Amino acid sequence: MMNVTIEGLLYFGAISLSLIGLFGLLASNNVFRMLLALVMFEAGANLILVLSGFRENGIAPIFLGDNAGAVMNDPVPQALVLTAIVIGVGIQALALALIFRVKKHYGTLDMGIIRSKLEVEIADQAGVAAPGSNQAPEVVDVTGEAK
Amino acid sequence: MTKYASLLFISGLAFFLMVITGFLPIGNSPMLVGNAILDSAKDQVGAANVVTSVVLAYRGLDTLGELSILFAAASVVGLVLTKSSFNKSPKEIEKPARIESEDSGFVAINAIDLIFPLLLVVGMYIITHGHLTPGGGFQGGVILAIAFSMRNIVRPKQKSVDHGVVTFIEAFAGLSFIVIGLVALFSQGNFLQPMLDQGQFGSLWSAGTIPLLYLAVGLKVGAELAGLILALNTDEVND
Repeated sequence: MMNVTIEGLLYFGAISLSLIGLFGLLASNNVFRMLLALVMFEAGANLILVLSGFRENGIAPIFLGDNAGAVMNDPVPQALVLTAIVIGVGIQALALALIFRVKKHYGTLDMGIIRSKLEVEIADQAGVAAPGSNQAPEVVDVTGEAK
Repeated sequence: MTKYASLLFISGLAFFLMVITGFLPIGNSPMLVGNAILDSAKDQVGAANVVTSVVLAYRGLDTLGELSILFAAASVVGLVLTKSSFNKSPKEIEKPARIESEDSGFVAINAIDLIFPLLLVVGMYIITHGHLTPGGGFQGGVILAIAFSMRNIVRPKQKSVDHGVVTFIEAFAGLSFIVIGLVALFSQGNFLQPMLDQGQFGSLWSAGTIPLLYLAVGLKVGAELAGLILALNTDEVND
């Protein structure tokens, strides 16, 4: 029987958070929701990284007057996560801007519809027939309207 | 169907990761570089906050790379959202037809006006005490950016941030970060090596160039994020 510690619980939470994010990335069909899932995935990964620097009875790695000789947590993962968070914000803003453009151009955020429209456009540009059979059923939106 | 398949995959991955975590030496991290830094940072850098020592002294080049990634992201967001300006000179660009949003109500405007100077003080405090307390340029810069963009949100018609000023601050801060690094390279032998007198340990004027570097980082991050939020806040995407 494993004894449950607070660190174990934190690891459990961090891994669960990142896996929920990964599941959202795989399962959702909406581009914006995929971005949110990516943010969750990233948060979980950052938590795991910070936890990896934990030491038994460790305190924050800041020297104050009265804590000389105390065990301090590893500062390197914390600095790494600081970097990762900032880069994550940049990536999110970039992805959001691209989503703006996609919504403007295709009028939808649905991954399936975007992909089929994209294939038709690429085929048009290249001057070849669109992929797939011309007798295939039309792509249907969630609302049931033919696109 | 895909959802069930991915659910199965995720649960398998979860089991795998949990088992690995069970074998981890939790609480006795096997990484040794952290110990070495904790032992020597006090004398070599002189900053009370060891994370700041790692970010700006031991891994300073990395922070410069991080700043360039943020800069690249901010530039590309500007480029993507205003694509029509790509081939034109600045005078030819037509201003997009903005949907004029109304100002917010009395409560929101006065609350933001009240909170704005306090946010500036908190942001500057967090930036300037980055080498003593948790915090620093990145965190304080975000607070500064939020302060300015909140004013822009409650008063959409009145431009609270001038784009030219933002660009100037950003360029100046980035340049001074690199200049401090280069001065350290030529006088001390290493890029971004801590310079100047370390002062009394734990006081505000200590740790040599570290507070200056964090001030540059804070201004750059603040200006970049303010620019990002302003770019994303435009009502009409220029086609």
